[in-house]
Amino acid sequence: MSELKIYNFMGLRRIAVIFSAVLLLVSTVSLFSQGLVLGLDFSGGTQIEVGYKQPVNVADVRGQLEEAGFEDPVVLHFGSESEVLIRMQGEPDQGLAERIYSALVVNGEELDLRRVDFVGPQIGEELRDKGGLGMLIALVVVMLYVAIRFQFKFSVGAVLALVHDVLITLGIFSITRLEFDLTVLAATLAVVGYSLNDTIVVSDRIRENFRKIRKATAVEVINESLSQTLWRTINTSMTTMLVLLALFFFGGELIHNFAIALMIGVGIGTYSSIYVAATVMLAMNVDREDLIEPEEGELIDDLP
Amino acid sequence: MPNKFPLWKNIMLLVVVAFAFIYAAPNLYPPDPALQLSGQSSAMQIDGAVLKKVEKALDAANIDHFSGEADGESALIRLTDAKLQMRAKQVVQAEMGGEYVVALNLAPTTPEWLSGLGGSPMKLGLDLSGGVHFLLEVDLDAALTTRLEGDLQEVKSSLREEKIRYRSFELKGQQIIGRFRNEAQLEQATSLVRENFRDLQPQFKQGQNPLTLVLELSEIASGQIEDNAIKQNLTSLRNRVNELGVSEPLVSRQGKNRIVVELPGVQDTAEAKRIIGKTANLEFRLEAEGRIGEMFEFRDGRGLDARLETSAVITGENVTDARSSYDENGRPQVNITLDTKGGWQMGHSTRDNVGRRLAVLFIEYKTKLEKSKAENGEIVITPVPFVEKHIISLATVQSQLGKSFRITGIDSQRESSELALLLRAGALAAPMYIVEERTIGPSLGADNIRLGVLSVSLGLALVLLFMIAVYRGFGVLANVALTMNLLLLVGFMSLLGATLTLPGIAGIVLTVGMAVDANVLIFSRIREELASGSSIQAAISGGYDRAFVSILDANITTLIVAVILFLIGSGPVQGFAVTLSIGILTSMFTSIVLTRGLVNAIVGGRKIEKLWI
Repeated sequence: MSELKIYNFMGLRRIAVIFSAVLLLVSTVSLFSQGLVLGLDFSGGTQIEVGYKQPVNVADVRGQLEEAGFEDPVVLHFGSESEVLIRMQGEPDQGLAERIYSALVVNGEELDLRRVDFVGPQIGEELRDKGGLGMLIALVVVMLYVAIRFQFKFSVGAVLALVHDVLITLGIFSITRLEFDLTVLAATLAVVGYSLNDTIVVSDRIRENFRKIRKATAVEVINESLSQTLWRTINTSMTTMLVLLALFFFGGELIHNFAIALMIGVGIGTYSSIYVAATVMLAMNVDREDLIEPEEGELIDDLP
Repeated sequence: MPNKFPLWKNIMLLVVVAFAFIYAAPNLYPPDPALQLSGQSSAMQIDGAVLKKVEKALDAANIDHFSGEADGESALIRLTDAKLQMRAKQVVQAEMGGEYVVALNLAPTTPEWLSGLGGSPMKLGLDLSGGVHFLLEVDLDAALTTRLEGDLQEVKSSLREEKIRYRSFELKGQQIIGRFRNEAQLEQATSLVRENFRDLQPQFKQGQNPLTLVLELSEIASGQIEDNAIKQNLTSLRNRVNELGVSEPLVSRQGKNRIVVELPGVQDTAEAKRIIGKTANLEFRLEAEGRIGEMFEFRDGRGLDARLETSAVITGENVTDARSSYDENGRPQVNITLDTKGGWQMGHSTRDNVGRRLAVLFIEYKTKLEKSKAENGEIVITPVPFVEKHIISLATVQSQLGKSFRITGIDSQRESSELALLLRAGALAAPMYIVEERTIGPSLGADNIRLGVLSVSLGLALVLLFMIAVYRGFGVLANVALTMNLLLLVGFMSLLGATLTLPGIAGIVLTVGMAVDANVLIFSRIREELASGSSIQAAISGGYDRAFVSILDANITTLIVAVILFLIGSGPVQGFAVTLSIGILTSMFTSIVLTRGLVNAIVGGRKIEKLWI
């Protein structure tokens, strides 16, 4: 085993700040200007998925539906050429599935009604509120936990890293116009969990090193800690990425966006656990003094 | 450093491993598609003879079946092919008739010794099994209004009985407002209400017209009405769901005013919606004499339109039961039972009206979504509730009716059971609106299972290979831990009766990826300890000890997030949170305790030159 190489991560922190700032700015602008493409869970409405035996043209399907008297149906491929998702406004009244079915089989096609979803507008609104609220609660509780277990400056670093990861993940969803549904919300919260995991491991090492290495600057301590945890950070990200790739390619259309959100989050989370949390701590002048615990219950016995 | 576990720790490890194998094992036995046959009433005997008849009908229709059982209350017949389930149901229903409920079911195939230990396969969520999910919102305001309307009539009639005169009495919003000519009448009326109508509270507000009596429902009363409305709706929904013959339906209250209905395995969603989605009420009204009244159409468009009186004799709330049966001459009829109040009102109204016709009006509450432009130009979609009223029966009153009576002159048995169903369906205390509906076809459910299993096994394989490539010998240990973690996770979920959903499977996959983290941490630490010159045994012990704090902190924070996700999520997302939480707990055990046990058993206390890490 060779001596551990110490990388000067913090030497690049100015570049990292600019990089993060740009990503955050772009994400925020996109989120405010065009928002997210909300899935049915949040927007409300009706959608029907049908599966054909052979590939179909969405324009044909739209034509058939309009001919049968359906108003402005949105028809798109879902996962494969032979599967079609139809979106409509309004509640699926009795027999909607049958009416769609009969409108589509006019040419003797064989098709399979795979699912019908209807979400009322009030439910969508509630879910939006609940999702935002959950995100906030998660951040606050985590901040408290880290503040208790570590120290206030660490907890600010950890939470800012989380906000960073979540905002950029949402931002990328907004920019790429990928659909944001309930599973993506779950993925975003899982990103919070994952990124936190990374940040905690790094923070833990920084705390340990601050206590152990007495004659070193904060930058040196952080660099050493990051170098020591680097392989762990990379390996864990690798295994997580591997399973996410499996989900992305083989998990099916319904969890496609879930996998994408997590892949973005894991990527950003790995970066932020190295740069964001530590940079924030340095900006707040973290040093040994912050981490000296009053040593409890320790009595020094002078007697021989 | 001896690096040896005491005996009890090794035994505990073996017990946990055995536990994981035993309780995960039932998932290897997929359930058989089956039909379940039970009687409309509990008095019916479902015995071997009934079973024989069913089996004969299935044989005649060329539907393969096996190991039928009957226990007196119900019979279970297993089928070889799930695709034949629907047809088998039709065949059996046609053979046995409306007296029997035929339900699609899944029969467990768990071997007896496993089920004897309490083992059973994981429950599948709707997105995996296929089925229908409804979320209904109960209109509690309407329940209050209905009650106030009734109270208004009663207040008026008791004022008349007491000969207390009033100018007018009407319902405005959730208030009953009465106007009087003088103080004395107002006072008499107020004390009468105080004495006889405890639930109504006279309101005295400043600036109120001195000769008006404003009555509101007391808080306790309205709370009770709301609670009863939900409960009654729950009960009647459960009854209706039972009519559908679904094997494991879920009907439960959610929040203040919502009800969730989940019907796994239901393929005929139109039928389910017809019965559940029809949020309905009933009114019994006499046919109008002369030209005063409201015109209504027949529900099936069959009969001629009829003009009915504007007020109802009784409503669906008073109907306690309705059953289809046959009269003395073998013609179909519907027997109706009313509650005491309903029976009294029915008797009162029909006494002088023998020979007139009485209609049953079926009232459906539906919603349509309307697009409109808001002030800022945005298009907003608002749900607009609307009401449809149709006649479902119009029959001549033959004699004074009481608590129980019957409707005859029905053409077919199908029609009479439909009418009975609608009558029972109408017994709702408050209207309900569907606010969410999800239908998952059986083919999509099967696909989701297949893709889920594929991505779990592929993800697992990739991680196993990666770990061996990076950590060699210790990678193998981490892999054993990871595989055990998966087994433990499945075992716990099966034992706890947790429901597996598609996002839940995604949670399992994610757990597989993240669970090795603890081992990665430990192994990195051991490498470091070795690099800094510790002896092999000391490096192992130090590596585990030092990594522990990080692992604990990291997992607790992730667990916090998973719990929050569970609390805010619904259905499928909760499934994700559940697998993630259980996965975190089991992975901590396997990656810390189990791998340590293995390491101790293999290298603990021995002299080793080089650690293969």
